Amino acid sequence: MQVSMTVNGEEVTREIEGRLLLVHFLRDVLGLTGTHWGCDTSNCGTCVVWVDEKPVKSCTMLAAMAGGHEVRTVEGLAQNGELDPVQRGFMECHGLQCGFCTPGMMMTARALLNENPDPSPDEIREAISGQICRCTGYATIVRSVRWAAAYEADRAEAPAATTTGGAP
Amino acid sequence: MTTVDDHKPAGFEDNDQHPVGHGRMLRKEDPRFVRGRGNYVDDVQLPGMLHLAILRAPVAHARLVSIDTTAAEAHPKVKAVVTGATLEGLKLAWMPTLSNDVQAVLVTDKVRFQGQEVAFVVAEDRYSARDALELIEVEYDILDPVVDVRRALEEGAPVIRDDIEGKTDNHCFDWETGDAAATEAVFATADVVVEQDLVYPRVHPAPMETCGAVADFDPVEGRLTLWSTTQAPHAHRTLYAIVAGLPEHKIRVISPDLGGGFGNKVPIYPGYVCAVVGSIVTGKPVKWMEDRSENLVSTGFARDYVMRGEIAATRDGRILGIRTHVLADHGAFNGTAAPVKYPAGFFGVFTGSYDLEAAYCHMTAVYTNKAPGGVAYACSFRITEAVYLVERIVDCLAAELAMDPVELRLKNFIKPEQFPYTTKTGWVYDSGNYEPTMREAMRLAGYEQLRREQAEKRARGELMGIGVSFFTEAVGAGPRKHMDILGLGMADSCELRVHPTGKAVVRLSVQSQGQGHETTFAQIVGEELGIPPADVDVVHGDTDNTPFGLGTYGSRSTPVSGAAAALVARKVRDKARIVASGMLEVSADDLIWDKGSFHVAGDPSAAVTIQDIAMRAHGAGDLPEGYEGALEAQITYNPPNLTYPHGAYICVVDVDPGTAQVKVRRFVAVDDCGTRINPMIIEGQVHGGLTDGVGMALMEIIAFDEDGNCLGGSLMDYLLPTAMEVPDWETGFTVTPSPHHPIGAKGVGESATVGSPPAIVNAVVDALAPFGVRHADMPLTPSRVWDAMRGQARPPI
Ligand code: FES
Ligand code: FES
Repeated sequence: MQVSMTVNGEEVTREIEGRLLLVHFLRDVLGLTGTHWGCDTSNCGTCVVWVDEKPVKSCTMLAAMAGGHEVRTVEGLAQNGELDPVQRGFMECHGLQCGFCTPGMMMTARALLNENPDPSPDEIREAISGQICRCTGYATIVRSVRWAAAYEADRAEAPAATTTGGAP
Repeated sequence: MTTVDDHKPAGFEDNDQHPVGHGRMLRKEDPRFVRGRGNYVDDVQLPGMLHLAILRAPVAHARLVSIDTTAAEAHPKVKAVVTGATLEGLKLAWMPTLSNDVQAVLVTDKVRFQGQEVAFVVAEDRYSARDALELIEVEYDILDPVVDVRRALEEGAPVIRDDIEGKTDNHCFDWETGDAAATEAVFATADVVVEQDLVYPRVHPAPMETCGAVADFDPVEGRLTLWSTTQAPHAHRTLYAIVAGLPEHKIRVISPDLGGGFGNKVPIYPGYVCAVVGSIVTGKPVKWMEDRSENLVSTGFARDYVMRGEIAATRDGRILGIRTHVLADHGAFNGTAAPVKYPAGFFGVFTGSYDLEAAYCHMTAVYTNKAPGGVAYACSFRITEAVYLVERIVDCLAAELAMDPVELRLKNFIKPEQFPYTTKTGWVYDSGNYEPTMREAMRLAGYEQLRREQAEKRARGELMGIGVSFFTEAVGAGPRKHMDILGLGMADSCELRVHPTGKAVVRLSVQSQGQGHETTFAQIVGEELGIPPADVDVVHGDTDNTPFGLGTYGSRSTPVSGAAAALVARKVRDKARIVASGMLEVSADDLIWDKGSFHVAGDPSAAVTIQDIAMRAHGAGDLPEGYEGALEAQITYNPPNLTYPHGAYICVVDVDPGTAQVKVRRFVAVDDCGTRINPMIIEGQVHGGLTDGVGMALMEIIAFDEDGNCLGGSLMDYLLPTAMEVPDWETGFTVTPSPHHPIGAKGVGESATVGSPPAIVNAVVDALAPFGVRHADMPLTPSRVWDAMRGQARPPI
């Protein structure tokens, strides 16, 4: 069957098997390997992407079901070459180690901040509670998201102050 | 150059320092990971690549009667179907394990655990390969399984390993350490003897990335390239050469980014060998990626020790001796990934951090119809089990003596002036200063205050517990004369080149699974050469591009390869001194090193930087007599001893009296890993290990039913901690450098996994003291805690 959807702002159309999971469509067909796969039972959340701006586990959805929808993956998180504050927060606060859970964690974190720009640590923990990280122990992930929130609050107050330098 | 905004919000400023050398520094590997540009094995896509799927046994013990692959072979997308019989023809049906046992790659005679590899299919895509598995018809003659480890040696028990000639029982090995007679003498005269049965259940490391490989065999060149999830690429390459008979120089093992390892990615699994065979028989690159249940049911488990601990002491709390008997479940094959002379790993350090008069351990290991493994999950070669034993039994003694558990520990610690300290089981602890570490943990936790709070709560019927543990680890295996894996000595090499412009590349034999080697090793070299870590590239995980070494497990990277990196940089510095002496026209002995430059003694203005020196070493001018040029070196570091990090952990739990749910309210961890290279990374390692500890103590178990069915085969059944189960970790540190390590560093990657489970269990048992509970085994799930509260605590297996 043929499926068309928008992935990271670009229209894509592909011939696929009806049973193909969205996670495999993104990884194997489109080569967007930033989205990972880590379990058979929808427990790990390494596969989280956005469908119409809502985080979903892409292993629980057929690619065909995403037809006509807008999908965003970690590769589409940076805008115009500028890292999202969530990506910067994860680097600044050691929110990742092996990096396997990280794309999914960041997609959830970005969605959370879009809805709630000043989440408490408990709200952040709740938001990522369907996702597993085996490396970080979560505290630095919570801190990373808090970094992004604080950064965005500062920026909202003083939007103009930018400096130039090397990309991190 | 992109425009970036380098604003840092208030309260987070300490995150980004730019040390030239050791210090807090953001990780060099992170920019690719946060962009989704990591490169894990499953991300490798090669032209014409095929996919492999493995058929696994549905039962634990059965004779293989027949396999019919006709229908699978007829599937239009299937390229090959391979069974044990095919492999027998290639002499590849069995392979050696890391413990000198053998393991079937594919079953030829008998299934020995549920989930064992029976056949594989290579097909054009992932889904078709799985489809074809359904078309393979296998007939099994089901046998009685051996599941209960306590009954494995009973007369008449089914013999699992009838492949071993003359084998008539399920005995794997017996092992002992310490002095049985001296220990008996101490126990016979002690005022107080406390005994306790303890089970450390089977658990699984479950890294988020499962195991897998992409094999690409080039029949013309006879060259095999294997991308695989391995923590030990060089050791694997040598073993493939031995197993498959391929010449070693024609094998390239690439371990790209790994999505966690924790020891799960040390052994060679049948799946890797299947991928290689798949590529050889099809002439195409072949990818094998196991799914989560395959990972949980078939790859290296951890622990599975049934222990009896005994401790002898004087009435006033001086510990005299510890004795233990252990029954070890090794599964169907002895696949333990430990130095061969250490069949029980480093369990011999079960005397812990205490100065004893005598100690003894006797262990019996058996085969059962379960998956092989044993050493994994950040265990530092079984020190998890050893620390759990000693830290639980010391708490049992404290309860018996009605003494505060901290006071009892303080009273018995090895004193700083006793180091280097030889334990009663023969381990030479290199250094330690335990009391300040314990006191720092008490200070951070507010220990006295917590005890007061607990007394108040107890009076109100609330169940609050405070648990303490204090551990000493032994990490960084070799030296090679004592320690080897299948004959390969445990030493690691390192190569360093400084390019003409003063940038450098360092090549390592160890491989990161998330520990941040690209940062830490750049910092080690940076510290020694005075080059900013940003200017040092770290190459690892590729046998064609790195020197030989045994790899990353047992917290080896910093103690062994970290030493190699520091020493190779010093060797380069010595060469730089010669070049500088020519440039400054003075004797090399008259030069003073200033971290990044040499100057003439007495004349700081006569100086050359390491970058100037690098250019001269490659440049057109003359070099001092006998100096050939370039600025590079290689060394192999054979550690003289292990390093012995230690730590003090305090855990506070609340147990809900109505539901028996345990909540870890606070956890204070004070670690001493000697010299600290990057405190941010160290803290991250500790946080991860503490989370493992919560998982093991409260949630995780790989259990089996009486038929040998694995009951922990998915993440719905095998529960891992999420952000909801763990507190905001509180960490601290002390620094006792290793006297024999070139920079004084000790390993820290596994400390928290080793040290935290007893602190949590001690806290829960403390909370349940009003019910008269003295011990309850992990995992302390609500139902098991509920039983304990009713005086019905039972072992989990
Ligand atoms: S792959 Fe585990 S939840 Fe999707
Ligand atoms: S960083 Fe490794 S799983 Fe989260």
